[in-house]
Amino acid sequence: MTAQPIEQAAVPAPAHAGAPVLQLTGAAVRVGGRTLWSGVDLTIGAGEFTAVLGPNGVGKSTLLKTLLGAAPTAAGEIRAPGRTEIGYLPQRRTFDAGVRIRGIDVVRLGLDGHRWGLPVPFLNRARRRAERRRIDEAIESTGATGYAHRPIGECSGGEQQRLLLAQALVTRPRLLLLDEPLDSLDLPNQSAVAALLGRICREDGVAVVMVAHDVNPILHHLDRVVYLAEGRAVTGPPREVITSETLTRLYGAPVEVLRTTDGRLVVVGMPDECRSGGPCC
Amino acid sequence: MITALSHPFFLHALLAGTAIALASGLVGYFLVLRAQTFTGDTLGHVAFTGAMAALAGGYDLRLGLFAATIGVALLLGALGRRGRPDDVVIGTLFSWILGLGTFFLTLYTTHRSSTQGNAGITVLFGSIYGLDATQTTTAVLIAAGITTAVLLLARPLLFASLDEAVAAARGVPATALGLGFLALAGACAAEVTQAVGSLLLLGLLAAPAGTAIRLTDRPYRALGLSAALAVLDLWAGLALSAQVPVLPPSFSIMAVTATCYAAAHLVGP
Repeated sequence: MTAQPIEQAAVPAPAHAGAPVLQLTGAAVRVGGRTLWSGVDLTIGAGEFTAVLGPNGVGKSTLLKTLLGAAPTAAGEIRAPGRTEIGYLPQRRTFDAGVRIRGIDVVRLGLDGHRWGLPVPFLNRARRRAERRRIDEAIESTGATGYAHRPIGECSGGEQQRLLLAQALVTRPRLLLLDEPLDSLDLPNQSAVAALLGRICREDGVAVVMVAHDVNPILHHLDRVVYLAEGRAVTGPPREVITSETLTRLYGAPVEVLRTTDGRLVVVGMPDECRSGGPCC
Repeated sequence: MITALSHPFFLHALLAGTAIALASGLVGYFLVLRAQTFTGDTLGHVAFTGAMAALAGGYDLRLGLFAATIGVALLLGALGRRGRPDDVVIGTLFSWILGLGTFFLTLYTTHRSSTQGNAGITVLFGSIYGLDATQTTTAVLIAAGITTAVLLLARPLLFASLDEAVAAARGVPATALGLGFLALAGACAAEVTQAVGSLLLLGLLAAPAGTAIRLTDRPYRALGLSAALAVLDLWAGLALSAQVPVLPPSFSIMAVTATCYAAAHLVGP
């Protein structure tokens, strides 16, 4: 981690500019008759890394589902890529140790799992070869080659996460939606996967939207933060959003953002929806 | 063995049994993968009740079998979340339905059973040697239908079984697939009941699949292996009971499946 992570984050994303990958205008979502959030404006271009932050139950995962088209909007407009252009990594429970299916087969399902029937071995060889190449490439890009042929149930949490990331990337999506992908990982794995996501974002020009419980592991990769609270949202670069003034205004209650000597951010005094007690923001 | 094949009853058993084993090996793989073997067990008990209800009402036993197993399979799916039954629902329904089965059994034995006094035992433990030509044809056709359906659904069902949320995001109708699979599992349970009986059907549904999963970590290979093992188990069981007439076929089939499963654990990883 560098000494000045926030300033670094302010550097605009490299030249992937052009038409935005994702655009929300005045979007609102209602679940069970209650408005979770409203008035969310957001524009994300290719190669940009965005984090969705906020206390538990505020509708962060619902935001991802809305972008997927799996949850309807109550108001506003959403322009997102089609299903085949989105990679999705839902909030994770790990695979049980008894799941004896190789990682590479799980990755392959990301490519062809929606097709009916069974793969026929000797039919359409050229396509199968191309698919095989793409699968190997995706696994290589997440650094999972070493254990892709082991049963996924026998892989560690971090290894499973990399395989699932390869599964999400195998279709070459323009938009990657991730729901707390670092949650079940230990600290070294958290920063390794965060760096991997940053690289996928910059080098492959994939727009990444990630729901996070703790912003610190990804802080110096981020271009933008969507902070949801009290049914509203603030959007902007992390150094503008994660500040005492902005969060106090958002919550309508005094909130203080502290910065530790190693550059980590700690939000204190938040209304008690956030019970984790940790560095939660 | 050659002499056994000259008996029509043995030929019927071999034909119907092969088709049924093939279907149950395929369905069984997904039951094990989806951790729904308990559902399979319940469907066995439901099969007993269905058959008894049909007999008590004076209908063809198979009508009750299929109506009960498919109906309850869909009911379990509807009561559970996203087409997956939960254990408490299954447990409650299961004991109630088995109780209902004893009621129909009593009704049947006291009012109707002048000709088929041991029908209860037949349903519980199977009577693969009791199939006539028409019953064999029907069993083979239904098993072929189940086999085709499972093969058609196999890939998206595999995806939805491993990773429901991601599969749904990719456009796989995960909930509908879960329900469709339960209906197939119900039909399969009714079929297997005719071969080895409702109490023993897990032997043909779960054991070959469990064995296959121990032996390979490639999903489609495991699916095929599960079906092949189920068929081989059935053949070996029938051959054993033909050689040693004192062994009932249901027993020898179960003995072979259990032996294979144990052997796979010994040699497998």
